[in-house]
Amino acid sequence: MFSYILRKVLYTIPVLWGVVTVVFLVINIVPGDPVAIMTGQRGDEATLAKIRADMGLDLPIGVQYLRFLEQICRGDLGTSYRNNEPVSSAIRTRLWATAKLAFGALLLGTVLGVAAGVVSAVKKYSLFDYGAMFVAIAGVSAPVFWVGLLLLLFFAYILKWVPGVGYGDGSFKYLILPMITLGVRPAALTARLSRSCMLEVLSQDYIRTAKAKGLKKHVVVMKHAMKNAMIPVVTIIGTQVSSLLSGAVLTESIFAWPGIGRLSVDSLLARDLPMIRGVVVFMAVTFLFTNLLVDISYGFLDPRIRYD
Amino acid sequence: MSLLRVNDLKTYFDTDAGLVKAVDGVSFSVEQGETLGIVGESGCGKSVLSLSVMGLLSEPSGFVAGGDILFEDTDLLRLSESSMCSVRGNRISMIFQEPMTSLNPVMTVGEQIMEPLIVHRGMTQRAAFGETVEMLKRVRIAEPAQRMREYPHQLSGGMRQRVMIAMGLVCSPSLLIADEPTTALDVTVQAQILRLMNELKSVTGSSIIFITHDLGVIAQMAERVMVMYAGRAVENRDVGPLFKEPLHPYTRGLLRSIPLFCEKQDRLSTIPGVVPSPLKKIDGCKFHSRCGYAFDRCRSEEPPLFRLGAPGKNASVRCWLHENGKRDFTEGRR
Repeated sequence: MFSYILRKVLYTIPVLWGVVTVVFLVINIVPGDPVAIMTGQRGDEATLAKIRADMGLDLPIGVQYLRFLEQICRGDLGTSYRNNEPVSSAIRTRLWATAKLAFGALLLGTVLGVAAGVVSAVKKYSLFDYGAMFVAIAGVSAPVFWVGLLLLLFFAYILKWVPGVGYGDGSFKYLILPMITLGVRPAALTARLSRSCMLEVLSQDYIRTAKAKGLKKHVVVMKHAMKNAMIPVVTIIGTQVSSLLSGAVLTESIFAWPGIGRLSVDSLLARDLPMIRGVVVFMAVTFLFTNLLVDISYGFLDPRIRYD
Repeated sequence: MSLLRVNDLKTYFDTDAGLVKAVDGVSFSVEQGETLGIVGESGCGKSVLSLSVMGLLSEPSGFVAGGDILFEDTDLLRLSESSMCSVRGNRISMIFQEPMTSLNPVMTVGEQIMEPLIVHRGMTQRAAFGETVEMLKRVRIAEPAQRMREYPHQLSGGMRQRVMIAMGLVCSPSLLIADEPTTALDVTVQAQILRLMNELKSVTGSSIIFITHDLGVIAQMAERVMVMYAGRAVENRDVGPLFKEPLHPYTRGLLRSIPLFCEKQDRLSTIPGVVPSPLKKIDGCKFHSRCGYAFDRCRSEEPPLFRLGAPGKNASVRCWLHENGKRDFTEGRR
């Protein structure tokens, strides 16, 4: 098990290096002079050259790249052009808000999705099955911003059950609507996948064996079928983290949520290149880390994987 | 009193293409400590018959349309699902054809064998573990305590089938249904498994229903045989007389298609044609289109099961040739 985890961790390193390199190249290819943007077209040529030299932007691109790598290895993501705030500290202060939102949405999506999918599979072609799968199709198809606006309209402005936009004091009631908005899609996807995986597993020979042993139906489903059916579902949950992060950009904008998603939108509008770079690298690392967790969880779910 | 008595069982499947009568009015009984062999080609209803007894038909398409299944004088068809759960794996257990896919890949072998003991006997984990180790020793698995912690993919095919047998016998059931337990195994392993089953049977006194399409296996295992064709029983006999003198033309065909190693054969004898589609309505005897002895009556009227020999002797055959007792097969051959 340890060597399996170690191998998976080692695989992550070249991927991470590739991501960082692509981010660096893309940002450097983008036309426009960041120093000119920073100074707002004001300073004279000499000042601009000095700022460029201070920031190392006059160096050959290869040297800039190596410096960038070195900075990243030290955990230094640079300094914002906009307000001179270190990028890493800007991310850190907004991390908690985004983490709460993304984790809440993921939890909601997984619990609701798996439960609906499993019940649908066990009660195949029942009213519940048709209803749940209709809602799931709607959930997959509905755009995040539309769901967010509708929820705001009904629950915050008409029914006044929950506060509207904003982070407030950070209490749970402010989290409810953004969390649901962001969680609808993962819940719908997970429900559809859980249903089909569960149906597939329930038709397997070993399920018949479990029934032939005299186990009650819920034991067969929860003990024998669940673990097998969850293997593909866990994969999807892992990849959903990326859509949660990009979904967070929209959700945070709609709900004025002070998280990393909004930080990235603000930085893009201000052409704050180090901040954009930092946010993208951070998201990539998060994505890789979640997929690493998914890979490791396979080892626990499926004993056949460790030895492959 | 018979351990199991099945009367006029009808198991149908409601499919998009129509009603499939997989088992159509089959009756048989199994006595205490007896092994009944059920033989027939693929699709003749053997497996559906056994799943009907276990109450494991795939719902909602499969259902029992008639008849009764009396096990120790209780009609299994009238039991509630929860009462049926306490029969399955406890008093009647079943071994399946594919040991590769019949074991749960994500649970250890030990967990899977211990389950019936914990569920039916209310044993603690520790007690069940000890009992399971003993059971694994009885099915000749070396280092049982070690094996219990392993997963099915770590075991060979023969080993997995031993595990299945251990799982089936761990609660000492009165009846074991073995549905082609050796079909997926190679011949040497097959011989070992059959020997093992016979030994365990003599120790536990369990009755066995042994389902197979392999007459060689039947000769080795069974005391009585029921031959099935297209959802019906066509011949019920003791194993000796059946092999010595098969009565139904279908049984004769099956026996003739066994290769003989002591004689040089250029071509293996086969039964012409294929099993008719269960959706097709057939007038007369279901076997008449493939039968070399068929005459007019066979095509228009289905024969009943004719009882043979002295009353009480469980021998019967479904063929017009035997309407008035035994007939000579040379006459009427077309």
